[in-house]
Amino acid sequence: MNATFEISAIVAVLATLMMITRPSAVHALLYLTVSLLAAALVFFVLGAPFAAALEVIIYAGAIMVLFVFVIMMLNIGEAAAAFESTMLKPSAWIGPSVLALLLAIELGSLAVTGGLARPAGSVVGAQAVGIALVGPYMLAVEIASFLLLAGLVAAFHLGRSVTRGD
Amino acid sequence: MATAPLDQGLLLAAILFALGLAGVLVRRNLLFMLMSLEVMLNAAGIAFIVAGARWASPDGQIMFILVLTFAATEVSVGLALILLMHRRITTLDADAGDRLRG
Repeated sequence: MNATFEISAIVAVLATLMMITRPSAVHALLYLTVSLLAAALVFFVLGAPFAAALEVIIYAGAIMVLFVFVIMMLNIGEAAAAFESTMLKPSAWIGPSVLALLLAIELGSLAVTGGLARPAGSVVGAQAVGIALVGPYMLAVEIASFLLLAGLVAAFHLGRSVTRGD
Repeated sequence: MATAPLDQGLLLAAILFALGLAGVLVRRNLLFMLMSLEVMLNAAGIAFIVAGARWASPDGQIMFILVLTFAATEVSVGLALILLMHRRITTLDADAGDRLRG
């Protein structure tokens, strides 16, 4: 179980190191996604399956999709087509694929050996998190909702002034 | 029940945070700086999860959810600002945005 943690940690560090040194934004985004997936596996090994699921769904899913949208909006035109052809070369995707394959092998070996049922620490499941979330942390949830509302209003305002283009 | 690897987890969080900080300091493209900020926030979340796993309490995961909320808000506002800057001065260089009324 400790080996799973260490391999995931090494994959996360390697992917992050590659991310901050890539010249192309999309390549960096691929490595960042792998790094977040490795962090999710670390969470799972540590006995936090709910946080691992949130990491995959929100971080590696929703936030990365935002980045992809903005990158696609920023390079419109003939430069984008030339860029697409460079993306299809193996050198662009082989690195993230190998790192992601390592994570997949880890997850598969965990599933085969029955390690998915017993993480390294004691498991704190979604039920315990939910009970604490609506119990002693109710105020924190309200503050988080205010924060999300502020982010929504700010993104709407900034986006509106973009379309108006004054 | 084996104990959760506290030292290694905190070491991982520290390394990832340092890498994110290096990314923010080294890169001048705003998109990369935002991605590096994400790495730093994720490292903070890892530290919370590791601490929560050490004492087997849900508090660490709840703090991680709050960090996640903050990261989502920060990314949406930051990306809107990046789009606005790209419209106004057609570059993503952080050093080019040093005038308030560009």
